[in-house]
Amino acid sequence: MAKMTGAQILLECLQREGVDTIFGYPGGVVLPLYDTLPQFPGIRHVLVRHEQAAAHMADGYARATGKLGVCLGTSGPGATNLVTGICTSYMDSTPVLALTGNVARALLGKDGFQEADITGITQPITKHNYLVMRADNVAMSVREAIHIATTGRPGPVLVDMPKDVFQEEAEFEWPERLSLRGYKPTTEGHPGMIRRAAELIDGAERPIIIAGHGVIWGDAMDELVEFAEKAEIPVINTFLGIGGFPESHRLSYGWLGMHGMYYANMAADNADVVIGVGMRFDDRAMGRFKDFNPGAKIVHIDIDPAEIGKNFSTAVPIVGDVKRVLPKLTEQVAETRHPNWVEWIDRVREEHPSLHVRESRRMLPQYVMRSLHEETDGNATIVTGVGQHQMWAGQHYFFKRSRQLVSSGGLGTMGFELPGAIGAQVGRPNDEVWAICGDAGFQMTMQEMAVLVDEQLPVKIAIFNNGYLGMVRQWQQLFYDKNLVSVAVTQPDFVKLADAYGIRAIRVETKAEVIPAIREARAHPGPVLVDFQIDQEENVWPMVPAGAALSETIEAPAEELAR
Amino acid sequence: MTSRNGKVQPVQNHTVVAIVEDKPGVLMRVASLFRRRGFNIESLTVGPTESPGLSRITIVVDGESAPVEQVEKQLYKLIDVVKVSDLSHEDTVARELAMIKVRANNVNRHEIIEIANIFRADIVDVATNSIILQVVGDADKIDGIIKMCEPYGIRELSRTGRMSMVRGPKTTTVHEPEPESIARVHATQGRRVEGVELPFSSD
Repeated sequence: MAKMTGAQILLECLQREGVDTIFGYPGGVVLPLYDTLPQFPGIRHVLVRHEQAAAHMADGYARATGKLGVCLGTSGPGATNLVTGICTSYMDSTPVLALTGNVARALLGKDGFQEADITGITQPITKHNYLVMRADNVAMSVREAIHIATTGRPGPVLVDMPKDVFQEEAEFEWPERLSLRGYKPTTEGHPGMIRRAAELIDGAERPIIIAGHGVIWGDAMDELVEFAEKAEIPVINTFLGIGGFPESHRLSYGWLGMHGMYYANMAADNADVVIGVGMRFDDRAMGRFKDFNPGAKIVHIDIDPAEIGKNFSTAVPIVGDVKRVLPKLTEQVAETRHPNWVEWIDRVREEHPSLHVRESRRMLPQYVMRSLHEETDGNATIVTGVGQHQMWAGQHYFFKRSRQLVSSGGLGTMGFELPGAIGAQVGRPNDEVWAICGDAGFQMTMQEMAVLVDEQLPVKIAIFNNGYLGMVRQWQQLFYDKNLVSVAVTQPDFVKLADAYGIRAIRVETKAEVIPAIREARAHPGPVLVDFQIDQEENVWPMVPAGAALSETIEAPAEELAR
Repeated sequence: MTSRNGKVQPVQNHTVVAIVEDKPGVLMRVASLFRRRGFNIESLTVGPTESPGLSRITIVVDGESAPVEQVEKQLYKLIDVVKVSDLSHEDTVARELAMIKVRANNVNRHEIIEIANIFRADIVDVATNSIILQVVGDADKIDGIIKMCEPYGIRELSRTGRMSMVRGPKTTTVHEPEPESIARVHATQGRRVEGVELPFSSD
């Protein structure tokens, strides 16, 4: 067996695990690792401009490809800058391996230069983490870390290595087998529970499926379609579940929640059996817990047992991988039709269409999003930030496939859009990737435009520029008596800024320029920034006010529509 | 918790036993989980088990803050937690240990010894003006002896958390041995990292 350094062992393990890209930023203690990188030409290093972006890129890469994303930072500030990105992955259960260096072993705990207890800091926001104290433990730790990150309910795992562990030599032995006594995800689903679920579903008059992120991570779109079709159950998505069920399907009724479609919220609220598939009954999706459809019986299928019964008591819990559980459930449910129920939802949808884009001479954001959908034939990968533009993207782009919408749902991280899109584009180089940005969120991570140029990535940046922290303004208008405080955001000239980075940019000031600008951006082979100066006052509707129940969903007020 | 007739009823506590990998940081992970989820810990006791490489953590949680099913499930999510058992509804033997340093002099020493005898406590240290009693029992018994000693003056009190074991042949142990590869590492390297004090260690 060959002697290798800790750094070599780490990279060898990553290579064997199929890692092809690391998003990282060098610094003192990771120098031995960077020194070793050229020995592994199969691993591409993308140099970011801030470590937070490295974590978002790894996350975006993972969400767009389904593979593990890897990010790297040095000790101290390098490591703490990763934290927001790691937490974003944790809240949305995406497989990310975060690598950090730390001070040499003898200095650990002594508050040395650029020391941070990153395993302590990230303990509550990682699925697991490791402080690797010997070079001969590197291989096992990295193998375990990747296994934990990518199996069961995925999540971020951090591996921290002191500087001298990168340098220490050890015999390299590839661990063929892993044995984690405390980690054995349940995938199959309990047969008795599946039988009980089938009985409950067979007896239902108004069943509804709420399909979440787990359907996407379980790669279970086909299984879900088959199940929904056999028992004729309408499907609504959670926001992160968008794309997990084709929106063109006759049983697709959009997505529910705070800015979900009126008819989706009403369907969830009037169902007699709610089947949660790979989702976690989050407050933004369900509204006020205690008043969510009190009569409904809940069937909850999820791979994480701790999600079952956390927010709602469940009639039938099924712990398992949705891809394994759904076919068994499909087999056992009767072939049924629910014409009255489907008709009822259809009628609600006709009366409350939610997604109607009204005629206006103004440049409405909904119109911009709808135009983008039409121009790209609904085939682009859409990466968003957080706020109004995120909701408009979810509402007015219609998704066909899993992994087509990449967005920070659980943590709601502004600034995710540009680095997330860079990660997605690196992972899917042949896709058309659009970063849908707010003008405020874009300013949080816009320095990453440099990476677009470095790596020659053709990401199209669409800034929904209303000069406001739009969603916060909407809340101040509605719930704080229109007392607008610190929400009008000044901004640089985005076109000049892009130009300074060497990126082509287009400013769009009128509705008539929208479609030509989209066409011009698409025709250009490199990255393009489009600054859509949208109507400043537009708000997101429908809305479930904070703390209200789904049944209290309100639609756009007449005076807003009349503007 | 106050019942409808206004009488104060004791909140029910739960005893949860977690068998965990004996690794650095595992205690922090458990403690951090309870803090993060808002579960109140009444007492916590850690020690080795019959299997090398595994530790046993006995946690008494306040049942009002912590639905015991969620406590169990959240504990299971920790990779280093191998097995979780809720002993709240089991027939168990539960014990705590206390050492009580009581003020004593030539006049009242025999009274304190008398109290110790009633509670079957051991006298583990005697000095001219103090005496240390060591008592083992359930919480009520220990509360009882403390109350009896109070009139003499308690100089110092040290009390462990609760340990519990199910009566009869049933166990809460883990029957899966330490993986051979890991046992080999432990055999050659020891369990602690040589020459380095970890800043946050479970032991």
